[in-house]
Amino acid sequence: MIGRTLSISLNSFRENLREKLLYNLLIFALLMIGSSILLSRITIGDYHRLILDIGLASINLFGVLIAIFVGIGLVSKEIDRKTIYTIVSKPIPRYVFLLGKYFGLVITLLANTAVMVLGLLVVLYVMDVPITGLFFQSIGLIFLELMVITAVALLFSTFTSSTLSAIFTLGIYVIGHMSGDLKELAKKLDEISQAIINVVYYVLPNLERFNLKGHVIHGLDFGASDMALTISYGFAYAGLLLLLASIIFQRRDFQ
Amino acid sequence: MATSTIILKTEALRKTFKVGFWGRQVTALEGLDLEVRQGEVFGFLGPNGAGKTTTLKILMGLIYPTSGQAWLFGKPIGDLDSKARLGFLPESPYFYDYLTGAEFLRFYGDLFGLSGPVVNRRIGELLELVGMAHARDLQLRKFSKGMLQRIGIAQALINDPELVVLDEPMSGLDPIGRKEIRDLILRLKEAGKTIFFSSHILHDAEMLCDRVSILVKGRLVAMGRVSDLIGAASTHSVEVLVEGLGSDGLAQVKPLTEKVTVTGDRALLTLKGQQSVNEVLERIRTAKAKLISLTPQNGSLEDLFMREVREQRGEE
Repeated sequence: MIGRTLSISLNSFRENLREKLLYNLLIFALLMIGSSILLSRITIGDYHRLILDIGLASINLFGVLIAIFVGIGLVSKEIDRKTIYTIVSKPIPRYVFLLGKYFGLVITLLANTAVMVLGLLVVLYVMDVPITGLFFQSIGLIFLELMVITAVALLFSTFTSSTLSAIFTLGIYVIGHMSGDLKELAKKLDEISQAIINVVYYVLPNLERFNLKGHVIHGLDFGASDMALTISYGFAYAGLLLLLASIIFQRRDFQ
Repeated sequence: MATSTIILKTEALRKTFKVGFWGRQVTALEGLDLEVRQGEVFGFLGPNGAGKTTTLKILMGLIYPTSGQAWLFGKPIGDLDSKARLGFLPESPYFYDYLTGAEFLRFYGDLFGLSGPVVNRRIGELLELVGMAHARDLQLRKFSKGMLQRIGIAQALINDPELVVLDEPMSGLDPIGRKEIRDLILRLKEAGKTIFFSSHILHDAEMLCDRVSILVKGRLVAMGRVSDLIGAASTHSVEVLVEGLGSDGLAQVKPLTEKVTVTGDRALLTLKGQQSVNEVLERIRTAKAKLISLTPQNGSLEDLFMREVREQRGEE
């Protein structure tokens, strides 16, 4: 089954590469990263932080946009164009199709992130900004966040329209980065609101965990055990989402 | 034929859909019982919206029946082993249009877990079989509708299936394209495959099928051998075309005919049944007119189809 999953992934990857949106986003990301050189010229003081801050934020933001806007079409496009009819009638379980599509986008994101990171590395090199191990740790966790976001987009796209999937996924991305603030907010509210916010806090992904920008910029260490815990959290969360998506996908009718 | 294995069977298959905001129930399929035997070409006929595609989608595991059961190769639908023995062409298929003919077939070969050399051999054979060897390295988006239909059939045959299910394989094709698909179906039958196809083009079905079933509004209204069904529905008539009959001659034969159509010097006489044929010929000879043609009109599948559809619609 692994071979068949891989066939679907590679086919999906090839399909993703034809998305014009992908290239537009990639160009914007590279422009953003490049623009940090200009901004650093008009900055007084430590421009290293600025370049790292803008660079990492761009990789994260544009990665997420690709994950969402390509991710929401992964399944719905196959259903709309009826290409799914020829796949589901083949001797493969439905979850294999779903996993294949997921990993197809993960491969796409890997290629895109590589291009963006390469762009940032060139800027860092040109501007003489030291490149640390922490920088690569941070990139690793950004990629893990993209894997979680892709799983969220895929889950929504198994049961709702592309537009709604995009809105929901974007919403989860925003709330996921604010869930720490939410918990703080809850402390000031009555018990019922507190209980509700706590449920939201634990159910939605805590995406701030994947954000090491502060550590990179200020040179704060992020230990191996913290790293291991965060990686486990990311994989577990994405895995659960894929499981849920598979269960929904297994039950639905393809009209 | 009666003793051969049943490889596709449905029992009281029923499917309802919810439509609209309030979830109004619409019945697409109402208690369908079907049996397709090994080695036959089975036509699944019915007007648009009769539930043909719904049935095929249930059989292919794309949608789930509301109630009832279905089996392929004796196993409940959805079984992966029976799917491996099956080939399916959906209605007006859309494919991954950025793939070339060969890449497209390789993708489906991979989904069956076929080994590289086997897939390569099958790709060559199939492109040859469907007459698409020239399109091996052409992207699907450059294909014409007929070419897409043919590569779609090649896709359905990549695993050398025992049962080939085709949804409206002739629709949207020109007469040449239809003939090619018909020939292909006959070639598959010769190779021992079982073919189950849906269609609303009766002429094709009449030429191809061992047995047909007619579905109207989700219900089966007829099932059997084409010859038996047509025999039951036949309304024999004979058309006689004559030249130079003249008004006297015309007056002589008119009482024996059902309808007379005069075009210039020629007259087309429609006789009900065969009883009066000799008498009419005798009078034509007497009038010294020239007999151009005499054509017995047998009942066709279309007559049966139209009658069943009308009856069903009339009931409501």
